[in-house]
Amino acid sequence: MSLIIRNLTVDHGAIRAINNLSFIVEKRRLTAVIGANGAGKSTLLRTLSGLNPATSGKASWGDHNLLKGKAEKHVRNGVSHVSEGKSVIPELTVEENLDLGALWRGSRKESEATKKYVLELFPRLGERLKQRADTLSGGERQMLAIGRSLMAKPDLLLLDEPSLGLAPLVVEQIFQTIRDVVNSSSVTVLLVEQNAMGALKIADIGVVLNLGKIAAIGPAADLIADPAIRAAYLGF
Amino acid sequence: MPKKLKVRLSLFILLGWVLLLLGDRVDELRVYQGASIAVYAIAIGSIVLLTGYSGQISLGHGALMAVGGYVAALASFEFGVPFWAGFILAALFSGMFGGLLGIAAARLSGPYLAGTTLALAVGLPSLANQFSILGGEQGLYFDIGMPPAILGESFTQYKWFYWIASLAALIVFFLLSNLLSSRYGRTWRGIGSNETAVALSGSNPQRLKIVAFTLSSALAGLSGALLVMTISTASPSAFPLALSLSVVTGAVIAGVSSLKGVILGSVILVAIPEVADAISHRVGDTLRISSTLPGLIISVLLVLAVLFTPNGPGENLRHLLHKGKSHK
Amino acid sequence: MLKLLNTILIGLSTGAIYSLMSISLVLVWRSTRVVNFAQAGQAVFSTYIAYEVSLRTGNFWLALLCAVLSGALLGAFIDFFFMRMLFKHVTSGPIRAIAPVVATLGLLGIIRSAVGYIWGVEVKPLEPPVSTDGIRIGSEVLPFSTYDALILLIVFVVLMILTFIFQRTSLGLSLKASAFSPEISRLSGVRVDLTRTVGWAIAGACGAIAGVLATPTSLLSPNSLDILLVFGFVAAVIGGLESMLGAVVGGILLGLGVTFIANYVGSTLVFLSAFVFLIIVLLVKPAGIISGKRSRNA
Repeated sequence: MSLIIRNLTVDHGAIRAINNLSFIVEKRRLTAVIGANGAGKSTLLRTLSGLNPATSGKASWGDHNLLKGKAEKHVRNGVSHVSEGKSVIPELTVEENLDLGALWRGSRKESEATKKYVLELFPRLGERLKQRADTLSGGERQMLAIGRSLMAKPDLLLLDEPSLGLAPLVVEQIFQTIRDVVNSSSVTVLLVEQNAMGALKIADIGVVLNLGKIAAIGPAADLIADPAIRAAYLGF
Repeated sequence: MPKKLKVRLSLFILLGWVLLLLGDRVDELRVYQGASIAVYAIAIGSIVLLTGYSGQISLGHGALMAVGGYVAALASFEFGVPFWAGFILAALFSGMFGGLLGIAAARLSGPYLAGTTLALAVGLPSLANQFSILGGEQGLYFDIGMPPAILGESFTQYKWFYWIASLAALIVFFLLSNLLSSRYGRTWRGIGSNETAVALSGSNPQRLKIVAFTLSSALAGLSGALLVMTISTASPSAFPLALSLSVVTGAVIAGVSSLKGVILGSVILVAIPEVADAISHRVGDTLRISSTLPGLIISVLLVLAVLFTPNGPGENLRHLLHKGKSHK
Repeated sequence: MLKLLNTILIGLSTGAIYSLMSISLVLVWRSTRVVNFAQAGQAVFSTYIAYEVSLRTGNFWLALLCAVLSGALLGAFIDFFFMRMLFKHVTSGPIRAIAPVVATLGLLGIIRSAVGYIWGVEVKPLEPPVSTDGIRIGSEVLPFSTYDALILLIVFVVLMILTFIFQRTSLGLSLKASAFSPEISRLSGVRVDLTRTVGWAIAGACGAIAGVLATPTSLLSPNSLDILLVFGFVAAVIGGLESMLGAVVGGILLGLGVTFIANYVGSTLVFLSAFVFLIIVLLVKPAGIISGKRSRNA
C-alpha cells in the first residue's frame, strides 16, 4: 500500500492552491512536505482527508479513492488526519478526546489497549486524563491531537504542522515521538511542516512545495545537503 | 429638486392616481381588502427595512403594531386628538419604544433577537388586561368618523379607509425608497452583508442598526394604527402572535432584500384567507379544513420561499431571464 | 409562610417542565445552530399522540411512551429531510441570517395545521395519571398536587437518563464532540450527520415529555404549547444556550420567577415578565448566567 497522488489540482475559489501535483508516499516511510506559507501544504492534506474537494486528478491509498466520500469514511479506511492548530476539542476532557478517536471502532477492549499504547508514547497525557483539553499547554494539546488520531490505529497518518507555535524543545520532543511511531509500527506518515529543517531531519523522503507545485523531491538527507534548497528553504 | 427625485415623485403620484381610479371600479369588499393590503404593505416594508437592510430579524413586529394601534386609539378616545395626528403619534411612540428595544437588539445576534422579539410578541398584548385604561380584552374603540361630506353621499366608510391607508402607504414608500437609495441606505445595506467593512468605512454599525430598528418600529406602529382603524378597535386579539409571524412571512415571500416585492407579499397575505375559503368550499366545507387551511397555505409558502426563492422571487426571475437570453 | 412554600413548590414543578423544553432547544442549537421554533409543533404533535393513546387505553404511561417515540421520530425526520435540504439550498443573501429561524417557523405552521386537521381545533383534555388536586396538610390545602410531585419525579428521571447518555456512552461522546467541533469529529471517524439526526431525535423526545407533562393541568389545542416554547427559550438563554446544565438551571429559575410574579404581583403579567427577564439577562450577562468555559461541558 502506498499513497499515490496523480495530477492533483485543487482550487480555492479563484486561487489554484495545488497545481497538477504528482508524487508517491511509500509505505512505512516518513515523508515530509515543506514549503513557504501558502505553498498549498495544508490544502493538500485537507484534500487527502476529504475536508476539501479536489478540482481534478487522482489520489488513492491502496484501493481507497481519497477524493471520494466524506472525511469520516477515510478514517474508517485507515487514513487519519491531524489538522492544523492543535486539533483537539477543548470542551472535552483529555480522555474523552482520546476515546473519540476510537469511537468508530466500536470495541471498548481494543480501544483500551490502543489507549495504553498512546499513553506510553505521551506519558504526560496520562497524568491529565480527567482534565479538560483547554487546560493543557500547547505542546500537550499537540500530543493529544496526535494521540487522538493514533487511537484510530491508522495506516496512513497525515500531520499538519505539529510544530506550530511550540517552543523549540517541545518541537524536538514531538518530532522524535513521530519518528519513534514510524520506527516501531507499520504506520506511514505524511508530515507537512513550515519548520523545514526539523521535519527533514526526521523524515525519510522530502518534498519541497512551491505555489502548489513540486520544487524538489528526494531523500531527506540529500535535500538537507543541497545548497540551493538550504538557501531557499532552510535559511542558511 | 434633483431629476431622479422628480421622476420618482411623478411615479408615485401616477401610482396614487391608478389606486384612486381602482377604488372607484371595484366593490366594497375589494375596497376593504385594498385598505388591508396597504396596511400589510407598510408592515412588510418595516420588516424589509429591518432584515433586508440591516440584517436584523424581528418576530415581534405585531407587538410594535399593537403599540401604534393602542396609541392611536388612546389619543382619540381619551384625549380627542384628530385621527391623522393619532397616526403620527402612533409612529412616534412605537418608534421610541422600538428605539429602546433596538439598543438591546443591536447587541444580539440572530437567534437571540428572534427569541426576544418572539417573547415580546407573546408578552406585550397581555398588558392590556393589566391596566384598565387599555380596556382589557374588549379593547378600545377607535372611530375616525365619517368621510368628509365634500366627498359626496355615496362615498363609503370603507373607501375612506382605503384612501387613508393607501395615501399613508404611498407616502411611506416614497420616503423609504428615497432613503434607501441614498448614501445612508447603501451603507445600511452593508451591515447585512459585511459588518466589519461598514465599521472600517467609518460608520458605526451598532448605531445604524438602532436607527434601522427605530424607523422600522415607527412604520410598524403606523401600520398598527391603520389596522386598528380598519377594524375599529384596538384589542389584544387584534395583535396575536400569528400577526407577527404573517408579517415576516409576507416579507420573506416578497423577498426581504428589496422593497419591490412588498405589494406582492401583502396581496398574498390578504388573498390567502379567500383562496383558502374557495378551496374549502370546493372540497366540502368543514370547520376542520376552513380553520386550518389558511395557516397551512401560508406556512407552506413560507417554507417554499425560503428554500427556493431565498432572495425573493424577483431574483429568481432575473436569473431565469438571464438564462433565457444567454441561450439565444 | 405557607404561600411562600407553595410558590416555591409550584415554581419548581413549572420550572422542571421549562427545563425539558429548554434542553430540547439547547440540544438542537448546539448541533445545528438553529433555534428550533418548530419544537412547539413537534411537542404538540406528540402530545396529541399521547391524547389519542390515553383516550383509547386510559393508560397515561403508555401514552407518554408513545409520545416520546413519536417525538423522537418526528425530530429525526425533520433534521433528515428538511434541515439538510435547507442548508444545501440557502447559502447567500440577507436571507441567510434569518433563513433557519424562518424555516422552523414555517414548519411550526405546517405541523400545527396538520394537527388541527387531524384532531380538530377545539380543545382537548389529557387525563392526568394522578390527582391534580392540592395536597392536604392538616386543614390546609396546598395548590401543590400529587401530579406536581410526579412531574418533578419524571423530570428528575429524564435528567438522570440524559446525564448518563452524555457522560457514559459513546453516543453521548459523539453528540458532544459533533456539537463542539464537527470537523475534528469527522476527522475522528464520527458520522456527524447521523449523530446530528440522533440529537434531533433526543431533543424531540424531551420536547414531547415537556408537552405531555404540561397538558393535563391545562388544555390541548394546536397552539397550546407556543407559550411553553417561549418560556423554554427564555430558560435556555438564561442558561447560556450552549449548556444542558444551564438549561435546567435556567428553567428552574424562570419557573420560580414566573410563579413569584403570578402569586405576588399579578398573573396577567406572567408573559411580560418572561420578556423582561430575557432582556435583563441579555443586557447584564449576554452569555447566560452559567457562562464561562465549564458550562459548555454537560
